[in-house]
Amino acid sequence: MSTPVIRMAGVHKTYAMGSVQVHALHGIDLLVEPGEFVAIMGSSGSGKSTLMNILGCLDVPDDGDYTLNGEDITRLDADALAGIRNRAVGFVFQNFNLLARTSALDNVEMPLVYAGVSKEERYERAEAMLQRLGLGDRLHHLPSQLSGGQQQRVAVARALVTRPSLLLADEPTGNLDSATSGEILALLDELNRDEGLTIVLITHEPEVAAHARRQLTMRDGRLEG
Amino acid sequence: MIWDIAFRLALRALWRNKGRAMLTALGVIIGVGAVIAMLAVGAGAQQRIASQLENMGSNSLVVRAGSVTRGGVRTGAGTTSTLVTADAEAIAQLPGVVATAASVRTSAQARYRGTNWGTAVEGVSEDFPTVKNWPLEAGEFFTDRQVVSAEHVCVLGRTVARELFGLVNPVGETIVLKGLACRVIGVLSEKGASAWGQDQDDTIVAPLTTVQRKLLGINYIHRIEVQTTGKEAASRVYREIKRLLRERHRLQPDEDDDFRMYNRAELAKTAEESASVFTWLLGSIASVSLLVGGIGIMNIMLVSVTERTREIGIRMALGARRRDILWQFLLEALVLSGVGGVFGVLFGVGVAVALARFSQFQVDITPWSIMLAFSFAAIVGVFFGLHPARKASSLQPIEALRYE
Repeated sequence: MSTPVIRMAGVHKTYAMGSVQVHALHGIDLLVEPGEFVAIMGSSGSGKSTLMNILGCLDVPDDGDYTLNGEDITRLDADALAGIRNRAVGFVFQNFNLLARTSALDNVEMPLVYAGVSKEERYERAEAMLQRLGLGDRLHHLPSQLSGGQQQRVAVARALVTRPSLLLADEPTGNLDSATSGEILALLDELNRDEGLTIVLITHEPEVAAHARRQLTMRDGRLEG
Repeated sequence: MIWDIAFRLALRALWRNKGRAMLTALGVIIGVGAVIAMLAVGAGAQQRIASQLENMGSNSLVVRAGSVTRGGVRTGAGTTSTLVTADAEAIAQLPGVVATAASVRTSAQARYRGTNWGTAVEGVSEDFPTVKNWPLEAGEFFTDRQVVSAEHVCVLGRTVARELFGLVNPVGETIVLKGLACRVIGVLSEKGASAWGQDQDDTIVAPLTTVQRKLLGINYIHRIEVQTTGKEAASRVYREIKRLLRERHRLQPDEDDDFRMYNRAELAKTAEESASVFTWLLGSIASVSLLVGGIGIMNIMLVSVTERTREIGIRMALGARRRDILWQFLLEALVLSGVGGVFGVLFGVGVAVALARFSQFQVDITPWSIMLAFSFAAIVGVFFGLHPARKASSLQPIEALRYE
């Protein structure tokens, strides 16, 4: 039996929005095994963004346990969390979050810089990743010179270049038209099926969630499966 | 983070806002330039004062005849007759003394044909040009034999020569001083004004004995100039002379000195100290502008951090640690202040050179002032860059990512 990628038990998170305490997560239990493709659905305000932040180690739970690849996240400091995000998690955002005025290649190389990878190896790996996602002829294009679908593929390349064990996709098709959405979703399907990549997809669209093999729904800070 | 990447990122970020970066660096350029130029002006003034003091003989002491109190009446400086040539000879034997020069001084109306000119007449010994470091412009100085035999010869200061002779060469001509006909045997070179604005060239020098006997009818002297081996020896020699003269003049312990002494080395020290205070004053005023330049850096870096909040968030989400972000922004501030420092040095040197050429300021660009200004710029960069960099690195990744 292999170590689960995600093991969450009784995770709570409360935010202070001004003077009001917002209970974003109410005891989340979640187990994701390697190679799974899980979709988490939920309307806005259901707490799915908070869950995504904690899954991605951008934030830590107030209470409860979270281990990522067997590593206890709740005990780590900010720099250690940065290291985990760098090595173990790949992010794909709704609005791509590419660095403007920075070439596709440099964008994909960026996480490798923080991983301390040498210049030559950075170039090789970033180039190979872009090639694989069909952007071999767009290496030196700026994000503003790329279509939405191409930008999101650069973002996927950037997420995968550090060979993470978990790909977190937060509404990856939210800013794309339906044809391009299909392309990106097909790409995720393929990565999951052919390479055994563990994917957690967060979306509010049932047809997007349908690509995953397991669907969960967030409601009022609780997961319902 | 790997250093060359951080450095490249800083350069790239600055390059993207070329105009803004240049204006910000301009603040540092002006600051560093001002510090260097002002320190150069100050050091120039210091040098000028030092050379003036050198000219005056900063290693020298002056002994002057003092006053006596007789029956409650104090007679005023230079009125005693106790200071004599033998005192000068005795002082010359003291350790630390290089040479002594006895002199008397009076004023006289000098006449030459139809013109006349009132001036000072100094009676000096033959080594006057050497002791005073005052070469001749024409003719020659009198010899020790001429001093011993009290010959009727004199050497003119530049001003006297001009006033009496105009463009005519005075050497070989005869002038009349208080009814005494004196042959002019030389002209002193131009020395200019003294540190306190006196025209040093408005004088006639003649053999000591000639002035003593023929013009004043006295056998004592007015002053002894004492050349010491250096500024350090001067204060020791000062005490020695005091003791020696009191002994030679047979003064009782309760009696006042019948002479006065001036230590030019002390004066030189005071003048040099005030000049260096002046330098520091100029330098500190200039460094205020460097400080303002630093605030400019902080301002623009704060703007840059705010503008790039999202970029910071992305970098953090992808694995940048706090210190990576800190260095990225700190290095940017450092590049700004460093580039500003380099161009500021060029600018400051340029201003100093221009001041030297087009104004009467004497400037002296010292390497330490350049190093001081440059390292001050670097410190300003770190100091004012640290706050924005801290601000950037302490952002929360989620909030930074969400920032619009």
